[in-house]
Amino acid sequence: MYKIIEKNFLAENIVMFKIKAPMVAKSAKPGQFVIVRIDEKGERIPLTICDYDRSLGTVSIVVQVVGASTCKMAKLNQGDYILDFAGPLGNASEFVNLNEEELKNKKYLFVAGGVGAAPIYPQVKYLRQLGVYCDVIIGARSRDLVILKEDIEKLGCRVYISTDDGSLGIRGRVTDLVKKLVEEGNTYDEVVAIGPVVMMKFVSMLTKELNIKTTVSLNSIMVDGTGMCGACRVTVGGQTKFTCTDGPEFDGHLVDYDEVIKRQNMFRDEEVRRMHHTSECSCF
Amino acid sequence: MRVPVKELKVEERIKCFDEVCLGYSEEEAVLEASRCLNCKNANCVKKCPVGVDIPKFIEFIKKREFEKAAEIIFKYNSLPSICGRVCPQEIQCEGGCVLGKKGEAVAIGKLERFIGDYVLNNDIDVFKKEPKKNKKVAVVGSGPAGLSCASNLAILGYDVTIFEALHEAGGVLVYGIPEFRLPKEKIVKKEIENLLKLGVEIKTNVIVGRTVTLNQLFDELGYEAVFIGTGAGLPKFMGIKGENANGVYSANEFLTRANLMRAFLDEYDTPLKIGKRVAVIGGGNVAMDAARTAVRLGAEVHIVYRRTEDEMPARLEEIHHAKEEGVIFDVLTNPVEILADENGWVKGMVLRKMELKGVDESGRRIPVEVEGSDYVEEFDTVIMAIGTVPNPIISYTTSEIKINNKRCIVVEEDTGKTTMEGVYAGGDAVTGAATVILAMGAGKRAAYAINNYLSNNNN
Repeated sequence: MYKIIEKNFLAENIVMFKIKAPMVAKSAKPGQFVIVRIDEKGERIPLTICDYDRSLGTVSIVVQVVGASTCKMAKLNQGDYILDFAGPLGNASEFVNLNEEELKNKKYLFVAGGVGAAPIYPQVKYLRQLGVYCDVIIGARSRDLVILKEDIEKLGCRVYISTDDGSLGIRGRVTDLVKKLVEEGNTYDEVVAIGPVVMMKFVSMLTKELNIKTTVSLNSIMVDGTGMCGACRVTVGGQTKFTCTDGPEFDGHLVDYDEVIKRQNMFRDEEVRRMHHTSECSCF
Repeated sequence: MRVPVKELKVEERIKCFDEVCLGYSEEEAVLEASRCLNCKNANCVKKCPVGVDIPKFIEFIKKREFEKAAEIIFKYNSLPSICGRVCPQEIQCEGGCVLGKKGEAVAIGKLERFIGDYVLNNDIDVFKKEPKKNKKVAVVGSGPAGLSCASNLAILGYDVTIFEALHEAGGVLVYGIPEFRLPKEKIVKKEIENLLKLGVEIKTNVIVGRTVTLNQLFDELGYEAVFIGTGAGLPKFMGIKGENANGVYSANEFLTRANLMRAFLDEYDTPLKIGKRVAVIGGGNVAMDAARTAVRLGAEVHIVYRRTEDEMPARLEEIHHAKEEGVIFDVLTNPVEILADENGWVKGMVLRKMELKGVDESGRRIPVEVEGSDYVEEFDTVIMAIGTVPNPIISYTTSEIKINNKRCIVVEEDTGKTTMEGVYAGGDAVTGAATVILAMGAGKRAAYAINNYLSNNNN
């Protein structure tokens, strides 16, 4: 059993939980995720790690309410327990393996779509602690859904915002900002894009044209998260890979995004049915 | 003639996940036991991978001294309710029984199961522990190999902790083998709890290699030896076109959703989608398990296998059960492409006819494609059950552990000693996918090797 130490709403349907899980906190690295099972009858769902504190033994995760399980989770409060919390899973971001010397002169551009700001946060934090240059773009439907903006700004990097309705930052898409920053003469060694698959697809298409190395983090359907089932398989560069053990980060220019989108919808009918079963969601 | 064992009727069992084989009553067990000739140099014992003293425990059943029969079995095997159900006895103990030469072998598996269940139902204390040694050993993986190694080490007086990546202990016993062959709450859970009475601790949700490394187990957590029993849980795919379409599962995913996550019950949250016509590719026990699970979810199910029924690696009993339950066998058939509709869902397969020609080095007949025999058949779910390989998480994260070209951990055969000091391994992680009882035998041998190592290692 894993205790919820803190709960905060970051937006209307986006919740951050700080969970007591010392073993996970001790080993967690940027880019990794956890698998959570809320209760005895629950399913196993993958959630990205947003932050960790090794001395307190806590791990922060961000949950967006999209279905029955995340709705059930969002109703939990400080002091409640989660039955299972397994991790850290997946590989750490590639830059974790680089030394300070190698990172010193690199420039990173992070592009977060919606709740994708959560997995971006520990990566930017890691790099900024080593003094690495990072620019960050956050895109959302409207200003209410822009999360972690101040937290990321506090890490000492430039943050650019785009919203669909123009209620914060520029009116438009994250790709408009990527284009703008490059046109203004900024150069980047690598773009890291995390968010909805469609957004990662379009960012990758753009950066391919701009010839900038791009890393994306896939959020496939998972069951065990340890490589034993292949539910999370994706085609990368023509080869089948398991997101949970080979990823979750891949070369953005090699991912078959259309297949990822189709596979994400595999259980959509069941999800919808279960949402109806679950008494109306009233987590907000 | 062997005393027949009662089974659930076909029309009843295909509608539920209840256990098919109902096991012997006391009367039936005593009657079947009376057939044993109590051979002096018993062949059955030699063919049991853990060497259970079979004639001796059967003698006690004859005398209705079930507790004493249990004491004998538990000296050799800590999971008899499970082994009695899932061992391929026809090629092991029962294959060695002299009665089998002219008639039917003694039903050793069913008798072992009877005693195992008797212990669980009557809450009998069966273990005799040696004094505590105050030394810690870590066991990675709670499948048959890990459970066997842990229980033997605990009996020898070690403080044992099992680390399990999933949320429930048992490995393939909980995620792989279906409820209708091996009940989870009634048997697996209870038999593991029985084993925990030895003082073994199980920590779930710990992925060794990720949550904690092997080196940390030694340096930071104070373990003096480690046993790796992580199995062979990584599914193989065929590499054919369309294999990532929606509706294509590995047998591991399909069975994990059904068994571990109980997706077939409405009140559980994990979804499992299955169409009207299901194809299961493969001819092993896992293929039969997947096919029979799909039958219970209401589908018309086809086994698609590239050789003939004679070459199928599945147990005869399983093939027989599958046929009784209406599974259709499409043999000498191999998929060459999976077809998907415009939304990415499986709609059928291109199948190719095969014929058998000659034999390979291992003596198996070789399937050869029949040219121009391609045809299309409609399916809406495809389950790949063509084998598994060991999971590489530990070997990727611990360079001292050497693996071979099949990703199996390299060990000294008799002891299970790996290339890393103080680390032993056994079961499917070493051999590739094999049987429950072979894994248990390897776990047991490694426990004694670890005992030797720690006894000589004077610290």
